[in-house]
Amino acid sequence: MHVILFALFAVFCLAGAINLLVQTHPINSALSLIVVMTSLAVMYLLLGAEFLAAAQVIVYAGAVMVLFTFVIMLLNAGREERTRGSSVARTIGLPAVVVILAVLATIILHVQGLGNTSLGQGITTTEELSTVLFHELLLPFEVTSVLILIAILGAVALARVEGSSPDDAERTGQ
Amino acid sequence: MTTVPDIYRILPEVILTLTGVLMMLTDATIPPHWARRNLGWIGAIGTTLALWSSLWQLSLPEGTAFFGTVETSAFTVFFHVLICGIVLVTLLLSLDTLPGRSHHQGEFYTLIVFGAVGMCLLTGAVELLVAFIALEISSIATYVLAGYRKETGKGPESALKYFLLGSFATAFLLYGIALIFGATGTTHIYEIARLAPLAVNHTLVIASLALMLVGILFKVSAAPFHVWTPDVYEGSSSPVAALLSTAPKAAAFALLLRVIYEAYPSLHSFWSPLLWIVAVVSMTVGNLAALRQRNVKRMLAYSSIAHAGYLLAAFAGASSMGIAAASFYTAAYAAMNVGIFAIVTLVSGYDDRAILLDDFRGLIHRAPLLGSLLIFFLISLTGIPFTGGFAGKFYSFSAAMGAGAIWLTIIGLLNSGIAAGYYLRLALVSAQKPDADSEQPRPQMGVAVSAAIALCFLATLVLGILPNVTLHAAQQGAQTLQAPIAAPPSNVTP
Repeated sequence: MHVILFALFAVFCLAGAINLLVQTHPINSALSLIVVMTSLAVMYLLLGAEFLAAAQVIVYAGAVMVLFTFVIMLLNAGREERTRGSSVARTIGLPAVVVILAVLATIILHVQGLGNTSLGQGITTTEELSTVLFHELLLPFEVTSVLILIAILGAVALARVEGSSPDDAERTGQ
Repeated sequence: MTTVPDIYRILPEVILTLTGVLMMLTDATIPPHWARRNLGWIGAIGTTLALWSSLWQLSLPEGTAFFGTVETSAFTVFFHVLICGIVLVTLLLSLDTLPGRSHHQGEFYTLIVFGAVGMCLLTGAVELLVAFIALEISSIATYVLAGYRKETGKGPESALKYFLLGSFATAFLLYGIALIFGATGTTHIYEIARLAPLAVNHTLVIASLALMLVGILFKVSAAPFHVWTPDVYEGSSSPVAALLSTAPKAAAFALLLRVIYEAYPSLHSFWSPLLWIVAVVSMTVGNLAALRQRNVKRMLAYSSIAHAGYLLAAFAGASSMGIAAASFYTAAYAAMNVGIFAIVTLVSGYDDRAILLDDFRGLIHRAPLLGSLLIFFLISLTGIPFTGGFAGKFYSFSAAMGAGAIWLTIIGLLNSGIAAGYYLRLALVSAQKPDADSEQPRPQMGVAVSAAIALCFLATLVLGILPNVTLHAAQQGAQTLQAPIAAPPSNVTP
């Protein structure tokens, strides 16, 4: 059962990811990203991380993707033009992909030394998660607020239309 | 056995955060047509307070806080003081050189102060997750500051490049953290040191260190992860370039020292040759590329890559000497590099009107004081005795020599010779007679910028003539880094 579910959603996930790259319309890409996110949530569920799975669906597949689609629609982004791509990417990139795949495949198939890992024992319930989040990792959790603040501040500073100083904006507003 | 309140251990960061919030709120409440310049003074006062509070932390017993996630020790105080000093000088420098009120001055100063929060926190972090978030705070602040000159075209371009490459590098760091968590089940630096040699899967441990090194070496702009540096320095204004080339790098070097000496001492045989190669490549690539530059800012960018190489040479040394030499070099480099960028700001202006080598021709005749200071800082960058640059190089190379890395030292000395070529070329050009027809305005020096340059000059001079005080502080820091205090994950203060 686990294996079937894993195989099914792994294929979904990969297909979504490839579709995301192939599509030329941003909305289609965003919708494929939802497929990727949701399939990943199922992966987490299979690993025994229920909370993470729920958070993945609510935060990523839900909130973040709604924001993405909003932004795309607000910007009124149209279909992208298809370019021929760079020759460097084709001459070096493709062989590199093949080599990396081959190396990874040999390691996984022959060495079998990567061992097993499961998220199961440590963090499963929301209670345990909150102990870690608000107790042991209290400082990084709180400092994240500074990180978000600075990102907003930076976005405001960069996005404000240049040439209209706050001064001018005030005058035209009046 | 005394317990120190947790908040005392992050006092400089708290002061900086409060200053940033205060500046932001003041910026929002004062009428739009008022000048924002005074916000910079608030930032400067806050940074000075943070600097003092950091020195005060020396009186605290060494230890960790917030469940063992941050540490205060002589090492963190050394880097806190250094970073607060750089930020203070950068603020003073920007106060007089930022153009009028249309330029979002309030946000500019606030971003610098908030960036300092991240950099300071990064030096004290003994939990990789804190280190990651702190690194992101400092990085995002610098990405935005790099793109601040929107009208130039080069500004946004360099900011975007920096942002994309920087995010990519951060992803490497995060991947490394994830792998070490997979191998040992912890992201706490002391715990990693204890558990990494016992890990079942040793490949995972090596891979985690390698990935983390990529992330951190990008931030210190060591070759081969240096490609962003010249573009970003050229695209950002000179005060920002002064900050970018020193403060985030100092913080990243602190993280590098902590990661390799505290978390992975067991992998010494792995990272030591790796850093040897990076040091040699950085020096050589940086110096050879700098020789070909006509743009002074790009030249300084390549020179900063070379200096990252000299600094990494210290890592070849045995731990105590190596850490002390690396810390000292960070301080010496910061003093002279901020100084030279301050002069470049004054000569070339905020918008880089005159940034080519020829624009510096005859500077010493136009502005004798400024010209002599430029030559002084160039001499220090070259590494001539009685300047901070010499003392830094001396300790760095002696650390390498002490550990038997003769070839590294020889390559480093050869590189210093190459570097003298382009530093002294600029010095000579500025000492030449000016062209008769050149119409260069005399740079205006305000109070704040004079104070900034004076601070850099004094720091470079003191580090050159009396290096012992700073070296002693650096050695104390090295000792605290070497002898990791037992930090149980549960909240038992030792």
